[in-house]
Amino acid sequence: MKVKVKTFGISRDILGGREVIVAVEGQSVGDLRKTLSNQFPALDKLNSLFIAVNQNYAGDEVTLSETDEIALIPPVSGG
Amino acid sequence: MIEITDQPIDVLKVIKAASLHEAGAINTFIGTVRNQTSGKKVLRLEFEAYEPMAISEIRKIADQANETWNLLSYTVSHRVGVLLPGDIAVVIAVATPHRKASFEACQFMIDSLKQTVPIWKREFFEDGDQWVSAHP
Repeated sequence: MKVKVKTFGISRDILGGREVIVAVEGQSVGDLRKTLSNQFPALDKLNSLFIAVNQNYAGDEVTLSETDEIALIPPVSGG
Repeated sequence: MIEITDQPIDVLKVIKAASLHEAGAINTFIGTVRNQTSGKKVLRLEFEAYEPMAISEIRKIADQANETWNLLSYTVSHRVGVLLPGDIAVVIAVATPHRKASFEACQFMIDSLKQTVPIWKREFFEDGDQWVSAHP
């Protein structure tokens, strides 16, 4: 399936755009994580990488749909 | 009130927004931009937020604080965009009937904000830049 992924912080530098279309092998957040890790190995070097679905942190077991709002959340540093 | 703003934060306005006659204390945290990191001179910072999620995550933190300390009111204002040393990055004001709860709730809220709220800080030095906390 193809999903649109919003990027922030260092993940935008790594993926090279504010929104990137990713062809996921599979249906879950975990599958998206694996696909991204294969295409962008620099993501594996981060302290952490969370994935948000519809503006909530989502675990690897969550099933994705093409209409979901998906975002990469690299280590946050607000405050 | 929760806001993400690209305008300078008016601290008094944030405090007033949290003010209630029932309050005996309004504890206010002001986070500012430091001029150095590990001895390296910081020229400027750039903050960006995933705004709708940042607001909903701040709300979750406030709800959690409310369960523990029973807040009368609170305000959180976080800056985005380019900031210079000395500028205010975040202001949190927490109103409670008595002071102890306001100190504890305010500390909990800023500590939690730094851990879960999707806001990112990029530091610019004389010889380069880095996204804070991105790498080990």
